[in-house]
Order: sequence, then structure tokens, then C-alpha cells
Amino acid sequence: MSRATTQSVAEIKARNKQLIDEVLKVYPEKTAKRRAKHLSVHEAGKSDCGVKSNIKSIPGVMTIRGCAYAGSKGVVWGPIKDMIHISHGPVGCGQYSWGSRRNYYVGTTGIDTFVTLQFTSDFQEKDIVFGGDKKITKLIDELQELFPLNRGITIQSECPIGLIGDDIEAVSREKSKEYGGKTIVPVRCEGFRGVSQSLGHHIANDAVRDWIFDKSAPEASSKFEPTPYDVAIIGDYNIGGDAWSSRILLEEMGLRVIAQWSGDGSLAELEATPKAKLNILHCYRSMNYISRHMEEKFGIPWCEYNFFGPSKIAESLRKIASFFDDKIKEGAERVIAKYQPLVDAVTAKYRPRLEGKTVMLFVGGLRPRHVIGAYEDLGMDVVGTGYEFGHNDDYQRTAQHYVKDGTLIYDDVTGYEFERFVEKIRPDLVGSGIKEKYVFQKMGVPFRQMHSWDYSGPYHGYDGFAIFARDMDMAINSPIWGKTTAPWKDAPRPSLMAAE
Amino acid sequence: MTQNAEHILDHSELFRGDEYQQMLANKKALFENPHDSAEVDRVREWSKTPEYREKNFAREALTVNPAKACQPLGAVFAALGFERTLPFVHGSQGCVAYYRSHLSRHFKEPTSCVSSSMTEDAAVFGGLNNLTDGLANSYNMYKPKMIAVATTCMAEVIGDDLNAFIKTSKEKGSVPADFDVPFAHTPAFVGSHVTGYDNTLKGILEHFWDGKAGTAPKLQRKANNTINFIGGFDGYTVGNMREIKRIFELMGIGYTILADNSDVFDTPTDGEFRMYDGGTTLKDAANAVHAKATISMQQYCTEKTLAFIKGHDQEVVAFNHPLGVSATDDFLMTLSRITNKAIPNALEQERGRLVDAMADSSAHVHGKKFAIYGDPDLCYGVAAFLLELGAEPTHVLSTNGSKAWGQKMQALFASSPFGKNCRAFPGKDLWHMRSLLFTEPVDFLIGNTYGKYLERDTGTPLIRIGFPIFDRHHHHRYPVWGYQGSMNVLVKILDKIFDEIDRKTSSVGKTDYSFDIIR
Repeated sequence: MSRATTQSVAEIKARNKQLIDEVLKVYPEKTAKRRAKHLSVHEAGKSDCGVKSNIKSIPGVMTIRGCAYAGSKGVVWGPIKDMIHISHGPVGCGQYSWGSRRNYYVGTTGIDTFVTLQFTSDFQEKDIVFGGDKKITKLIDELQELFPLNRGITIQSECPIGLIGDDIEAVSREKSKEYGGKTIVPVRCEGFRGVSQSLGHHIANDAVRDWIFDKSAPEASSKFEPTPYDVAIIGDYNIGGDAWSSRILLEEMGLRVIAQWSGDGSLAELEATPKAKLNILHCYRSMNYISRHMEEKFGIPWCEYNFFGPSKIAESLRKIASFFDDKIKEGAERVIAKYQPLVDAVTAKYRPRLEGKTVMLFVGGLRPRHVIGAYEDLGMDVVGTGYEFGHNDDYQRTAQHYVKDGTLIYDDVTGYEFERFVEKIRPDLVGSGIKEKYVFQKMGVPFRQMHSWDYSGPYHGYDGFAIFARDMDMAINSPIWGKTTAPWKDAPRPSLMAAE
Repeated sequence: MTQNAEHILDHSELFRGDEYQQMLANKKALFENPHDSAEVDRVREWSKTPEYREKNFAREALTVNPAKACQPLGAVFAALGFERTLPFVHGSQGCVAYYRSHLSRHFKEPTSCVSSSMTEDAAVFGGLNNLTDGLANSYNMYKPKMIAVATTCMAEVIGDDLNAFIKTSKEKGSVPADFDVPFAHTPAFVGSHVTGYDNTLKGILEHFWDGKAGTAPKLQRKANNTINFIGGFDGYTVGNMREIKRIFELMGIGYTILADNSDVFDTPTDGEFRMYDGGTTLKDAANAVHAKATISMQQYCTEKTLAFIKGHDQEVVAFNHPLGVSATDDFLMTLSRITNKAIPNALEQERGRLVDAMADSSAHVHGKKFAIYGDPDLCYGVAAFLLELGAEPTHVLSTNGSKAWGQKMQALFASSPFGKNCRAFPGKDLWHMRSLLFTEPVDFLIGNTYGKYLERDTGTPLIRIGFPIFDRHHHHRYPVWGYQGSMNVLVKILDKIFDEIDRKTSSVGKTDYSFDIIR
């Protein structure tokens, strides 16, 4: 239902609290106690959202979370286009994550770029029994022969690697030496490590630090002359081209983007990043680690930004510009002014169709908070949100800058909870992932995938906002939602009163 | 500015604008440390050569673009085919997120499955507590009638013993003692998703037939006249199962479909989410022991299951994804022989219609060369059908095909004059296929969605038949088995052939003399 103007915040809070109590009843006592800490109703003025986070998922509840491998290979490393990322272990992990994340890039795939190929050591029983180091050693030789233009190799560990005692670090060092100092990065992102994708991000960040920064000079492969306006985009995976529709704004305001982490990124860009004057960080969750490291080691400041929706874009452009001189500050104003007619036209077209519509979100990374502004620019209300793998600092940012009083908060939501919440609240739109999409559509609730942009995008930047607005409109206002009930079911039932 | 509120440009058009193109060119030139474009071209051309093919085929450790998934995916697929059954995969949780996503991307349907969410401590101490808590939680939350347990490679490497763990879990009160918790060990480092399907189906039948892990008496077989039917891991399960039921009903055969997931992967959008729908009832799964015979449509998905069933004194018959006239004839005649039911006129007419369609169109397929890849049974079925059409299945590749499968394929080729120049490639991947398509080109490629990369690189038009199909919608709703299903496959192949002729003849004033209105 659209925003119920008759409901006061107090009423909404009471309803949400009651909903939480209701869903907790399904669990065995021990589980109910644990889950209760992850569900909350946001109180305005509080410094966080009142939930525990980044804690192990409970067995058997149908968590939506993935694993450390997904965080490293799937998110951080996978998009680096001129390196080969080996899914080291059995075939499945690489297969299920093959090409599904839509990290766009430009290159000749299979020759000088490799993002949408599935390289795996395809472990067999003998590799488990005798170890996989010999196999990965040989595999690197075969890569060098068949894919001679690769700029580097990463070894993305699947579960068995850490359990059978393989020494991929030794193999990496040895092969790097053999191939004249080639970048070969072992990544200990076995899926059983940590509680979600999140540790995989951290491990992947640390691997960049240890195996790229510590082993190469920024000048190694990038010979460009530094300028005072050099920045690096950190934590944009270029899903559907997000980093491109962001980069264009930064360049238009007079900055120079010397690296993209990691969507459409290259090894040379990673290596050159210490030359940046400012690291600008979109996905705080997955790449704050390397940003902090570069601040400590190279003295590069970093700032978070949000390129979803015109309000946040303008705010972010000004914030980024504040690190630079007047030329850039004027540049930011010029960019904001340039795109204002597009923003006005998009808003005029879509806001009347979306005004007052309610949204429930459950996503990863930064999106459970970052997209709220874009919805609000269209007159929509986010009434529930939660993180798949957020930490407390995510919930702090959410509470302090994004959500409204009374918003329902659900951390690491279970399939059961999410279904019940949506069933009772009946928002006009749910934004979550592929595993959730069809559940809610069956219920007759419009849905958009907010990981993959439902194969659309970009959603970042002004160009992306136009697509975002159109997509939300086509989801919510699709004529199909009026047809989920057969017309004969709508007909008033003949009353039996007379016969009784 | 490229974007426009009136006509909003998608990614496919947006980035072609001058501003973006200039931006990307600058990015490359200044920051990406690109290889010289002549060098890229040289390597690209080299990758098409026989010399490259030789090196490519000499690979021993590296797999690139395999056409197979891991065991638990097949386990989940099979478990979802039973009434109110929740698949439960014991091990790391990320795996389950992957299986659910993978199946949902193909079927465009929800996929319900839970994990025991094992982490570092479970790696050290074993996952018993995870299993116990997990069973209790799933049982209470999702009210299943059965929980079918499989394993990820993590649980397998540390050696968790499902039989003992489930027993202990029940003793600890996780689920009632008589609640059905069949299990199968499904290590990802053995076989592929078809193996996982096999192990899980066998595990479920073993549970019901052989005394529920020592907690109930074994069933005594009292032979009846029904037939058990097993589809195997099948991306067309929704369409196929319904077609098969129609055939059984036309023939008047009493049947039990084992692992019937055709409803759970095809629930209506009517305001209600059905976590469970349809499926083989647990009663039917148990009673299947009494059947006269069991028929499997996919030999390589059911090797262990059929051996187990045979051990219970049933006749077992395995097909290889039968497609086309003769394979369907064989399937129906086998049904008829086992059940003593005649093949009805209605099916004979369908046969005649398929032959009619093949006769009408064979001129366009005859002599065309095809490359096929996919699961071993699917490859066999498609190749046999192509031979019937007078086409040549030149390269047939199955990453999860065994050497024995390769020999069986070669025997099929030897049985037809059109198979003379055809070759099977067991255990190879799609990067091998790339070399094959460059060095020994064919007219068309048959495979799943990943084949589009081969289509792009080699220019070989792709006909999408297989699993997964992510980038085309609803194909799984149409059967590919039976005469009618074979007709669907024929039309799919013909459509692509005609599209290609049109594409190649559509250049105005140059080739469009052949842009015919009638073909």
C-alpha cells in the first residue's frame, strides 16, 4: 500500500515492533533470542539502528548471505580485467559466479582481458588427498603459455585449500620469481572464513596491500605525470557501467581519475593509486580497509560519496570538491547546473507516478542506505532496510544520515522474516536479490534486483538516475500487477446469510 | 550530454556516446598500461591457429570455461522434487547462496534451500552442532515434511559423517525421531551436478526402502504393474515432466515420477508464494519399491540410483535424453513392452507429425555441421536427433562426460553415415571448444547460455539447448522429450538456420537477391 498518511510514526513503530515479536515466535527459543538482536525499529536521534551485525548466521534459517570467496573473487578481485583470477578448488564456486555480476569492462576477452572467463583448477579427489600445490604450479605455466598477455594472476582459494594445508603463498613467490617478478597474488578467501562476504572483502584488500603495494613502485607500469587533481574511484564495481557514469562527472568537474577499484580496473591502475591526491570511496563496506591503509602509509585522504540520486550526487560532488581548490569547486557547481535540466525532466516525468510509494530494501554493501536518497528524490519512502553483511559502522551511517524514525531494520534477514515482513507491510516495491525476486513477485509485490540492477543500469550518476527512475516506475506501475487475482475471485461472493 | 529523459538510454546505448567513448579511450591510453593493439591482434589471430589448439589440448592442470557444475547443485535439484521437502546442504553457507541463485536465474523461480552455515570453528570441531541447530530451525520455520541433507566440499574434506550426525541430532531433539531426513554425501571434487543428482535420489530411495537408516523395518517389495520414471538433471523439467505424464496417461500406464520438481519450478503469480508445490509424495517414494520397473531418461544422472533399484529386483532401463523419432520410438516401445500396454493411435499420429515436419524441413538441416556441448546424456540425445535429420554432429563435447561416454558417442557416430567425421570430446571444456570451432568450423553450435561467448568469438551461431539458459526466458516451460518435445527442438534449430540465412542475405543491393519470402 502507498504511504498511509493516516498512520502516525507512533503507530508505525508499534506495528513494526509487533511484527518483530510475531516473527520471533516461529523460532526455537535459543534462535529467537539470537535473532531478536538483529531486528529493530529505528528511533530517530540514535547513533545506530539498534541491531547487532557481522555475527555468524544461524544454521538452517535460510540466510541470504554468501561467503568470503564471493567477497574476494566475486566482488573485489574479479573485475580487475587484465589479470587472471583462478577459482582454486572444485568447479562450482567459479561456475556459479561466472559472469553473473555484470562488472562491465572494455577489452578483448580471452586475449588481453579475462573478466568473463571461468578459470579453475577443478579439484578432483586426488587433489584433495595429495594437495593442490603441484596442480596450481603447473596451471600457472599453462596460463602463461595460453594467455601470454595477462598482466598478473590471483589465486582465489575455495574451502578445501585452507583445510588440506596447501601453501599457495610459497607457490606464488616461486612462480613470480620464475616469471621475472610477475604479479601473482595468493588470496586466502576460503568460503568458511568469517561470517559472510565481508571478510572476503577485507582479505582481498589485504592481499592488494601485501602482494601489490608492497611489491611494486607506483611508477612501475604507469608513467603518467601526476597532477594536483588526481583521484581514484574506490569501491565501484562498474555494475552495468556505474563507475563510468560516475567517472564522467568527476572528469567534467576538472578532476582526473587515475584508477578505478575495481570495476573496469587494471593492475596498472591499482599500482598507480598511491599517486592519487584523494581516494573517493563509494562502497565503504568492501574497500574502507585499503583506503585507510593508503591514508596511513601514503598520506592519501579519503572521503565517502554517494552517487545515487541528484540530491546525494550534488552533496557528494561538493564534498569531493571541498578537498580541492576553487577551480574544482566551480567545476562541481558547473556539473550540477549542467545536469539540472536532465534531473528536472526525469523528476517531472516520474515523480508523479511514484510519489508516496513505499519501498523495502535488503541488499549488501552500501546500498541499503545509499539508494534511499534516490528513492526520496522520486518522492518515495523507504520503510524497511537491512544489510546482508553490514557492520556496526554501516548501521551508524544509516541511522545518522539516511533512515527515518520508525523504519523497520533487519540485519542478515532470514527468508522467513523477510517474507512475513513484506506480507504484513505490503510495500509498493521490494529491492533485493535474485533469490528474493521471485518470492515477492509471486506475492504480487513489484520487485527490482538491487545487486545486478536487474540486468539494467547504470544507476550511479545523473545518467544512471534517469535509468533508475524509469526502472522503478516500470516495476511498480507495470499493468501486470493488476492481474494477479483472477477476476472471478474478485466478484462478491453470494451471501449465505439468508440460508443460515 | 548523452542521457535524455524522453528517451532514456540503457547501458547498451549510453556508453556508445562520444563523451563516454572519449573518456574510455583516455582511460585506456593514460592509465591502463595497455598492450600494443598490434600485439593484441597478433595474439588473437594466433589463438585461432592449429598451433594454439595443440597447446590448448595439451593442458593438464587448467580448466577454462567448463560446462559442468558441482554435485550439491544436482542434490538440491533432486531434493526439490519431493513433496514439501527442504534441501539442506551441510557445510559453508556461500555454496547455498550460489545454488539458489543459479537455479533461480535459469527457471526465473524461487529456489528454497538452507545451509548449516559452517565456519572456522566447525572446520576444527566438525559440524555436528551446526547440523543439529540447523535441522531444528528449518523444521520449525519452514514446516517441511522432509529435509534432504547433502554436503559441500568443506564438510567432505573434514569428514563429517551424515548418518551418525543425523542420528545424534535427532537424539538431541532437533526434529522428531520419525521425521524423514534422508541424506547423501555429495563432494564437489567428485563428478559433477549429475552425480549429485544421482547420489541424492539414491539417498532418498534408500531412506524409504531400506529402513530409514536403521529406524524402521525395510520395505518388502510386492511387485505391481506401475512404472517409476526418473528425469535426471534437466533444465526442461517443467515442460518435460508434464509431457511425460501426458504420454503415460495416454497409454494408460500407472506411474510414479520420482523427483518431480515440475511444479515447484513453475508456481503461479497469484498473490501467494508457495515455498513447496507438487512433488513426489513421500508415500509414493516409498511405494515406488513395488514398481515393476524404473525408467531413467538420463543414464549418466542415475548410474548409482538404477544399480540400487536393480538390487531391489526391479527391471531398470536407462535412456540418453531421447530426442527425435527413433529414440522416442524406443522409449515408447520399452514402456509398451514393460507394461503390456499398446502405444495408442494418438501417439502414433504425433509420431507421424514429427516425421512430417522433418520431411518438410530436412533440406535445410541436411548436411549442416553442428558442434554440441552439455551434459553427457543431452549431448547424446541431440547428436542422435541430428543424425536422423541428416546433419553432422561434428564436435560433441561434455566436460562431465567420461571416457565410457566418449566411446558410446563414437559408437553412435559409427552407426550412421552422417557420423563419419564426428568426434566426441569427454572431459574437455569450452576453451577447447573454441579451438575446435576455429580450426574445424561448423555451421551451428548447440549449448547453454555460456555458448554466447563462443558465438561472439568464433561467429558460430548458437542454438540454446541445455542448462543453464540465463539470457532467454521461458524455454524450460516447453518440453523437449517425446515426439512433441522433439518438434520443439526441431523448430528451435530451424528458426536459427532461417535467421542465419536471412542475416547473410539482408544486405541491400548486394546479397538481398536471396532474401527470400518463402523458404
